[in-house]
Amino acid sequence: MDFELSPEQAAIQKTARAFADEVVAPQAAGSDLRSEFPIEVVRQMGRLGFFGLPFPEAIGGVGAGFLAYLLALEEVSRADAAVGITLEAAVSLGIAPLATFGTPDQQSRLLPDLLAGRALWAFGLTEPEAGSDAGGTRTRAARDGDAWVINGEKSFITNAGTELSRGVTLTARTGEPGAGGPPRISALLVERGTSGYEVGPPYRKLGWHASDTRPLVFHDCRVPASNLLGAEGGGFRQFLSVLEGGRVAIAALSVGVAQACLDAALGHARERRQFGRPIARFQMVQAKLADMATQIELARLMVWRAGALIEAGRPAGRFAAMAKLHASEVATACANQAVQIHGGAGFIEDLPVARLYRDVKINEIGEGTSEVQRLVIASHLLGHGGSVTALLEEGPPAR
Amino acid sequence: MNVVVCVKQIPDPGGAGRLDPTTLALVRDGVEVVLDPGDEVGVEAALQIAEATGGEVTVVSMGPERGIDAIRKALAMGAHRAVLVSDPRLAGSDALATSRVLAAAIGRTGCELVVAGTESTDGYTGTVPSAIAELLDWPALTFATAITVEGPVVRIQRQTEVGHDIVEAPLPVVVTVTGGANEPRYPSLRGIMAARSKPVARPSLEELGIDPATVGGEGAQQRVLAATPAAERAAGEIVADDGGGARRIVDYLATLKVI
Repeated sequence: MDFELSPEQAAIQKTARAFADEVVAPQAAGSDLRSEFPIEVVRQMGRLGFFGLPFPEAIGGVGAGFLAYLLALEEVSRADAAVGITLEAAVSLGIAPLATFGTPDQQSRLLPDLLAGRALWAFGLTEPEAGSDAGGTRTRAARDGDAWVINGEKSFITNAGTELSRGVTLTARTGEPGAGGPPRISALLVERGTSGYEVGPPYRKLGWHASDTRPLVFHDCRVPASNLLGAEGGGFRQFLSVLEGGRVAIAALSVGVAQACLDAALGHARERRQFGRPIARFQMVQAKLADMATQIELARLMVWRAGALIEAGRPAGRFAAMAKLHASEVATACANQAVQIHGGAGFIEDLPVARLYRDVKINEIGEGTSEVQRLVIASHLLGHGGSVTALLEEGPPAR
Repeated sequence: MNVVVCVKQIPDPGGAGRLDPTTLALVRDGVEVVLDPGDEVGVEAALQIAEATGGEVTVVSMGPERGIDAIRKALAMGAHRAVLVSDPRLAGSDALATSRVLAAAIGRTGCELVVAGTESTDGYTGTVPSAIAELLDWPALTFATAITVEGPVVRIQRQTEVGHDIVEAPLPVVVTVTGGANEPRYPSLRGIMAARSKPVARPSLEELGIDPATVGGEGAQQRVLAATPAAERAAGEIVADDGGGARRIVDYLATLKVI
C-alpha cells in the first residue's frame, strides 16, 4: 500500500493550492456578501484546465485522472465552497454524463467549450416532487416526429443561469410504467435559448451565495431527437456510475471546507487569549482541534480510496456513499466546532468561519442526502447491490 | 528566438533554513524544495520573449537528480525542453565551477539569449550569471525590470535611485531579471501533464568537456570557514502620541534619510 501522490498529482495539488490561496480565497467573502457569481475566477480556472482534469485527452481533457480532480477540488473548496460547487457541478454533473454517454456529434458540439471552462453545462434531476426518489420524476418528454417535446419543472439546478451557462441535461419520463414497473426515464440535452426553456430567478440560499442555483421550467420545449443522451428509457441506472463520481467529489469538497474550518480554528486558538494564555492551551480546545484533524484525515483517506477505485474503473458504489456520508457530516461538525472555538467572533460575518458554517450544511443534502447514502450502504450490506428501490421493495433477504 | 533560462531547485524559502554544522552548507535533504521563486520570474521572462518572437525555451539546471521537480515546473509553465547536469562529482561545487558547467551546457544548445534570476534565493552569491557571460565571452545585461528584443539587439530597463537606465547589447547576451520584473504564470494543469513527455537531456561531465578535478568540493576555489547566525531583529520602538507623536516619527524617518 502506498499513499504517495504521483509527481503529476502532487504538482496539480500544489498549483491548485497556490491558485486557491492567491486567486480564489481573496474574493470569497466579497462574492458571498454580494451573492455574485465569480465569473473571472471561473474563466481563469477554465484557462488553467481545471474543468478538463479527469477526462481523457482523446476527447480533449487534461488526462490527469479522477484523483487529481479530487485533489484540485479540495484545494479550491478550502478557499471558497461556492467556487468548489461551481467546479464540481460543471465537471461531475455537466461534463461527465456527456463525456461518458455523448455521441461523437454531441461531444464535438459541446465539449471543447465545456472542457475549457468557456461554457458551463447543468444537470437537472431534482423536481418539486422528486429528489431522493428519482422514480417520482414528473417531467415528461413526448416524441413528436423527429423531436422530443418536454414539459415539466426542475429544482435547485446549479450553473444553469450564469453568463457562461450553455444548457442542461435533464431527466424526463419518456414512457409510462407497465404493470407495477418503473416509468421509462431518459436524459435529454436542452441548449439555452431553446423556445420553451425558461431559467428562473436565483434562489436565496443559506450558503453557497456565490454559486448559481435556479429553478428551470419547460413548456412545450422542443429539442431534436438527436438530443437524447444515452439509451432511451435507460433511466438513472446508466448514470449511476457518473453520480458515484459526483458523490466522491462532494466528499472532496467537504474535506476542503472541513480543512478550512480547522485552519481557521487553529489560527484563532493560538491568537485568542483568555485567563492570561492563548485558548489553544486549554485542553477542551485542544481536544476539539485533535478530533477535527483526526476526522478530516479519515474523511480524506475515504475520498482517496473511493477516488482510486473510480479512477481504476472498479466498482466504487459503497465506498463513494461512505465517503460522501462521512466527509459531509465531518465537515458540518468541524464548522460547528470552528465557530465554537471562535466564540462570539465566529457569529460575526467579518471572519470566514461564519460563511463556512453557512456553506457546509448543504453537503449533507446535495447529490444524495446522508439518509440516502445510508440506504445505499445498507443495500450493499444486505445484498441488493446498492439499489435503494430493491432494498425498499424486497427488504432484507431472509436468513 | 530560442531562449535558455537557468533554474535551480532550492529549499522552500518559506521554511526555516538550516546549516549543516560540519560542512556549513544549507541542508537540502528532507526539506520541502521548490523552483527558486526568482527563477520563476526568469522562466516567465524567457517564455514571453519566445512567445513574442516565435521561439522555444530550454531550461538549464545543475544539481542533484531530484532537481527534476523544479525543471518539471518550468516545463509545465510552458518551456519546451530541459538540460539537467547531475553528477555526484558535482556535489560541493562553488559558484565558478557551477558557472563553468552551465556555460558548457548552454553552449551546446545553440541559443543566443540566456535569461537568469539575479541571484539564487538560497546561496545569494549573485555571481553565476555574470560568470557564465564571461566564460561564453558574451555581454551581460543585469538587473532587468523589462526586456525587449529588436532584431539582433536586446534592450533592458534597469531601476536606479532616480529613474531607470536603458541598456542594450547585441546578441548573444546574458540577461538577469529582478524579482518584480513580471508576474510568473501558473503552470496550466494540461502543462503539468505535458511536462512528463518533454525531453530532458542529461549530459555527462565528459560530454560537456568538464575536467572532474575542477568541480565539486575538491575543485572548489572558495571555502566557507565559519557561519554566524544573523542578529535577532530588535523589537521596534512604539511611539505613544502625546501630541508630538507625528513630529517624532518625522524626525526618526529623517535620520534614516527616507524623507
